[in-house]
Amino acid sequence: MNPSAYLVLSGIIFSIGALGVLLRRNAIVAFMSVELMLNAANLAFVTGSRVWGQLDGQTTAFFVMVVAAAEVVVGLAIILTIFRTRNSASVDEASLLRW
Amino acid sequence: MIATVIALPALSALLLLTLGKRSNKFGPGLAIAASTGSFLIGLWQFLQMAARPEEERAVITTVYEWLAVPAAGFKVNFALQLDQLSISFVLLITFVGTLIHIYSLGYMSHDENKRKFFAYLNLFVAAMLLLVLADNYLLLYVGWEGVGLASYLLIGFWQHKPTAAVAAKKAFVANRVGDFGLSLAIMTMFIVFGSVSFSDVNQGISGAPAWVSLTLGLLLLLAACGKSAQFPLQSWLLDAMEGPTPVSALIHAATMVTAGVYLIVRSASIFNASEIAQTAVVIIGAISLLMGAIIGAAKDDIKKSLAGSTMSQIGYMVLAAGLGPIGYVFAILHLITHGFFKAVMFLGAGSVMHATNDNVDMRRYGGLSKVMIFTTITFFIGYLAIIGIPPFAGFYSKDHIIEAALSHSWWAGAAVLFGAGLTAFYMTRMVVMTFVSKPRWEDDVHPHESPLSMTLPMIVLSIGAASLGIILTNDHMFEHWLEPVTGFVEPEPPFSIQTITIITLSVVAVGVLAAIWQYRKIAKVAPKKVSLVVAAARKDLYGDVMNEALLMRPGQGLTRLLNIFDKSVVDGFVNGIGSFTGGVSARLRRSETGYVRSYAMSIVLGTAILVVALLIVGL
Amino acid sequence: MINTYLKLAEVSQNSISFEPFVFWVCGGLAVIGAIGMLISHKAVHSALWVALTMINLAVLYVVQSAPFLGVTQVVVYTGAVMMLFLFVLMIVGVDASDSLVETIKGQRRVAILAGVVLVIALVLLLGNSFSIQAAELANADSAYGGNVQGIAALLFGKYVLIFELTSALLITAAVGAMVLAHKERTAPRKTQAVMAKELFASGNYKGPLPSPGVYARHNSVDTPALLPDGSVSEISLPGPIVARGSAKPVNQNDINEVQTISEGLGLVSTDEEGDK
Repeated sequence: MNPSAYLVLSGIIFSIGALGVLLRRNAIVAFMSVELMLNAANLAFVTGSRVWGQLDGQTTAFFVMVVAAAEVVVGLAIILTIFRTRNSASVDEASLLRW
Repeated sequence: MIATVIALPALSALLLLTLGKRSNKFGPGLAIAASTGSFLIGLWQFLQMAARPEEERAVITTVYEWLAVPAAGFKVNFALQLDQLSISFVLLITFVGTLIHIYSLGYMSHDENKRKFFAYLNLFVAAMLLLVLADNYLLLYVGWEGVGLASYLLIGFWQHKPTAAVAAKKAFVANRVGDFGLSLAIMTMFIVFGSVSFSDVNQGISGAPAWVSLTLGLLLLLAACGKSAQFPLQSWLLDAMEGPTPVSALIHAATMVTAGVYLIVRSASIFNASEIAQTAVVIIGAISLLMGAIIGAAKDDIKKSLAGSTMSQIGYMVLAAGLGPIGYVFAILHLITHGFFKAVMFLGAGSVMHATNDNVDMRRYGGLSKVMIFTTITFFIGYLAIIGIPPFAGFYSKDHIIEAALSHSWWAGAAVLFGAGLTAFYMTRMVVMTFVSKPRWEDDVHPHESPLSMTLPMIVLSIGAASLGIILTNDHMFEHWLEPVTGFVEPEPPFSIQTITIITLSVVAVGVLAAIWQYRKIAKVAPKKVSLVVAAARKDLYGDVMNEALLMRPGQGLTRLLNIFDKSVVDGFVNGIGSFTGGVSARLRRSETGYVRSYAMSIVLGTAILVVALLIVGL
Repeated sequence: MINTYLKLAEVSQNSISFEPFVFWVCGGLAVIGAIGMLISHKAVHSALWVALTMINLAVLYVVQSAPFLGVTQVVVYTGAVMMLFLFVLMIVGVDASDSLVETIKGQRRVAILAGVVLVIALVLLLGNSFSIQAAELANADSAYGGNVQGIAALLFGKYVLIFELTSALLITAAVGAMVLAHKERTAPRKTQAVMAKELFASGNYKGPLPSPGVYARHNSVDTPALLPDGSVSEISLPGPIVARGSAKPVNQNDINEVQTISEGLGLVSTDEEGDK
């Protein structure tokens, strides 16, 4: 089977994740969308690893997962703090830093 | 050697000003010592010079190379020119200066800032000596500004009095107008001759086009007008009487105000080359001498009356200097005799004020001759000298000026003759009001003679005022002395000298008698109903009004115009740039909404564009 | 169990015909999960949809000869990360749902446009990127004796420095999260006595409310209590019953009866008797 199909799938999921970031106002859902985009990138890494017959792609995907885990922890903590002070998880509410 | 003449008072002033209160005790003594030292060195130099043959008398000493711009061919040395003219001034300045230092010891004895006063006096002496000893116009300019500074500091010495502070400012500003003329003249000299030394300018002027001598002459005349309080820059001198009386005597009568005359005589070659400039000088001198005399005749303030007299007498000198080689010598002669008799009268006025609780109103004097013998006698000698009674000094100097003026033109002669009559009138008025008539003192005034430190200088000066004329003009001594520097041509008046003397003396007698008749009774308060001339003279002949109308208002208008230009055009341009940037950024900043999704949108759009670009390139 | 899993992985790698089937099923489910996340109103639903996508991606990793990553994906993402998401969602409030009204002008239209352009461009760009048949990963795996051993060799060999750095990153993240989420106590903890005082300080009546049906023929919840003078006590009815409008009216006979009883007992004093 042509591995390009996986890349196309990766691209589609990535775009949907990007749309999620753009359209969803709930900070947690927007965050999920970011995770989705990371997963799409991971799929591309794994596909590349398979195409070139090298394990480095898989290793990179592993690192991406680690970083994503760290990011989730910190990001959710930030969302929690914002929610505590503003009583809202909407990304549009936290718009003080503007003109 | 000659440099020490300047260095002594300069160092003393520096020392007194830097040491501050620590020098309170020895300050006045040091200042007097420095001034006396200067005089002695000057006297020694004079004796040495007089012993030399006539051609070797002028000596130029280069102290050090001051400014040098080799690329522009410009070189100015700190060089001192000691010749017959400058040594005359050196002696006058240091002698009268020393006497007035001594006088101040008594006059300022109660002033707690007396150390500062003496420091300023020394500063003035140093600057004035630099002015007359300089061998080039730039160095002269340094001294010129130095005496202006000293004058400013001393007029405003009692700066706690608002009138004194304002008068100092006024003197400074009026002088600045004149200084402007001098600086322009120096620049013109540099452009035309490439040098500012007296000798180079004297050599160059003969070959230069006519406009050069005319321009330089008029600019130097402007400078002289500012410094010597001549029309139209005369108004500051009357206000300058706010300063302590010794200052009025030394700076605003004997020496500094005569610097303009010195400048004109020193630039004789320039004025000789331009008849128009000379005529302008004569006209200015004539106007000033009449204006000063009229103002002096109307003022009740003794110092202001004397100031008007000073302006008038300097008008004589300026007029004489404008007459060319027939007048230069007499201008200087009158300058020296005037230095003595005007100084003695100012010191006498100071002595009178000292005795009457600093009252300056002559209408509250009267009968002081009974209580102030020395003051009265010395003042009277000065009086006789200024109105030109033989054999007192003023007779010789003024009579020669009248002769020279008559040989120049009938109107110059008429002006000086009329001026002589006016002089006799206002001086007689002053003597009558102050010393002769019945006492009109304030209740708490108990006049008394001044201490020796004040009367001694007056006595010494009055001896000079009485005898100098006869000594200097004996066998045309002064003419021969100055001739190598200024040149001399015997005046050829239309009448014989005896006739002129008789005419002059009769005019003077008329003035004296008119004054005695007019002031046989004196009111304690100045009468309100007076003729137009007196009213105008009391207001300094509208000098301030004229300044305001001719200079201040147009200046204000110009400033306002510039202000409008600055605000609308310059600021408009600058503000326009600012508001344009501001407006653009005010619109641009609307894109910063604070919505994180908007920012994410720009990232995604950018990514989309990149991917599409990759696609296009790849295909 | 683990053997079955490895067997499946082996089969999927080796059999050409098996792979497209897995790809289309799992790939389709992943896309459905992603779209589901995008369009669900409730955040919890979105989280569940994302979990679906991630599990399917795990399967696709396994199919692509990455069994270790497949397992890690399930454990880390669907296990840890998504649980964390749900945990925070529970704190923030499950019922907080997005409103459908877009607040930023034009955001939705431009976003969809950008998304469509991105999808089309990516599909066109990536669709033909690999025209070659996939190389075999088996050689690379067998060089180390298996996929897990292979990755381990890379992690602890070639990439050991990066691996160590990620440990620093993780620790920093953990500490950071603690600092961020920590709530500083600004006042001392309230004791029970303090809380009780505060409760009564406001002046509200905090004793037991009159129970419904007292002094009445009925003791059902929907019947208001009668006060000793026969008047109806409004606060004796539970709020929801009043809100539903199902409170029962009080029989006039009951009121009269209560009044009679209380007068007979001398409970209701007349004005003249006063405080005696």
